[in-house]
Amino acid sequence: MAETVVFAVCAVGAVASGAAVFVVDSMARATFALLASFLLTAVAVLLLGLSYLGVLVILMMVMEMMVMAVFMIMYMMNPAGLMPMTMVHNKVGSLVVSAGVFLLLAAGAVLVPWPERTGEPPADPTRALGEAVMGEHMLVMMLVGLVLFATMVAATVLTTHRGRYDRYGDDLRRERPDDPIGGGLGR
Amino acid sequence: MSGAAPLWTALLVPVLLLAFGYGAAAGTAALRARAAGTAPEAGLTAPARESARLLVQRRRTIPGADTLLWRLGGALVPVAAVLAALVVPLGPTAVSDLSVGVVWFNAMEVLIWAALWMLGWGADSAWGLVGGYRFLVQGLSYELPHMFALTTAALGAGSLRVSDVVAAQDQVWFAVLMPVAFAVYLLSALAMAFWGPFGTPVGRDLAGGAAAELSGVDLLVLRAGRYMFLAVVAAMAVPLFLGGGAGPLLPGWAWTLAKTAGVVALLVWLGHRLPAVRMDRFTEVAWVVLVPLTLVQALVVAVFVLTR
Repeated sequence: MAETVVFAVCAVGAVASGAAVFVVDSMARATFALLASFLLTAVAVLLLGLSYLGVLVILMMVMEMMVMAVFMIMYMMNPAGLMPMTMVHNKVGSLVVSAGVFLLLAAGAVLVPWPERTGEPPADPTRALGEAVMGEHMLVMMLVGLVLFATMVAATVLTTHRGRYDRYGDDLRRERPDDPIGGGLGR
Repeated sequence: MSGAAPLWTALLVPVLLLAFGYGAAAGTAALRARAAGTAPEAGLTAPARESARLLVQRRRTIPGADTLLWRLGGALVPVAAVLAALVVPLGPTAVSDLSVGVVWFNAMEVLIWAALWMLGWGADSAWGLVGGYRFLVQGLSYELPHMFALTTAALGAGSLRVSDVVAAQDQVWFAVLMPVAFAVYLLSALAMAFWGPFGTPVGRDLAGGAAAELSGVDLLVLRAGRYMFLAVVAAMAVPLFLGGGAGPLLPGWAWTLAKTAGVVALLVWLGHRLPAVRMDRFTEVAWVVLVPLTLVQALVVAVFVLTR
């Protein structure tokens, strides 16, 4: 009973704060409305008994949204967030599309004949979920993680416009690199 | 040896945090008074007098402020401290001994990122905004070494449950077994409580930074929340690295309180002694020195656990 109430509050709250992202007129508030939506979803994950995943969603989403807030406010059309803005272009069209998608997904979740539970829930649902998702492909998954990380580092290296010739001179003979920001190691 | 305490003990958590926070504030005031050449005893009542002053001070309202985010940011600081403290055991028992207690602690302390940024943003002030962004850079700098330090402690115990981490230290404290992780934890404790050398997000060079426009009860909530945060990160160092409530003669809760008081005193003294750290410098130190150091520390502990 208590679980149902918590789930209902979090589900409605997650959808409502998700909608608030497109209603509020400030990028900062949109960021935190989206964060609230994620956090309420994390509570639903916790209700499934996936405590590690649920707490991890809270941890990662707070950090991620704070970094994202910097970029959202930097890129969007409200300089410094001081001018009113809206997340929506073509208001009627986007409203129809999003309502349609929401109804479609909700109908799928409600109308699908879910199987009855057989047997007991596992002692550690997070581990069971991980094994169900990855199974014997664990090695592949770990390699994919490394490749993704290498891609991020490579993309950052490629996008920075200052190369080693800018830092160490044309013949790379400079003792200390010429950097716009000094850094703490005196290099 | 461990267990979850009855629910009413959750009410004890803010009381204890406030007590330790008051101690930290009084200690700071006493150290400052001594440095200024006046009687340090006056420092003991300084936080109470300052709180009374702030309580009767008029609250500032600003045209154009995002009041919702501004007030939410201030309130979030003490709330995050209390939520993080729920998994910190007093002696053998914590309010909640979650199976993922270490991750919970980390998730709740990260709320301070959102809190400080909201405080800086909401006030509609350039100083506040710079302070808020400064703390985000600080967060990105300290968080990775901090996470690796937490991971190393959990790795040594083979569990994310805080009581398991305490139980794994019955032979040797993790502060001895993994000194680098302990040192990095203390450093990041100062950084996440934006305290002492890491206080530049609310620094004087920014006219108060993220706290520039706060006054009255709002400023009191932020300051009290910051001292509570300092107290909770100090308290968590005890189960993670200092053997929890283990010690001769005295009961577990007394040892926990004594060790916590010791760590708080250390942090206050460090905060008083160390000069302010510029974030553009510390970021490079954190990523180029501290991250590899903590990774090597984790590797050493992993090998030790495997060969034990």
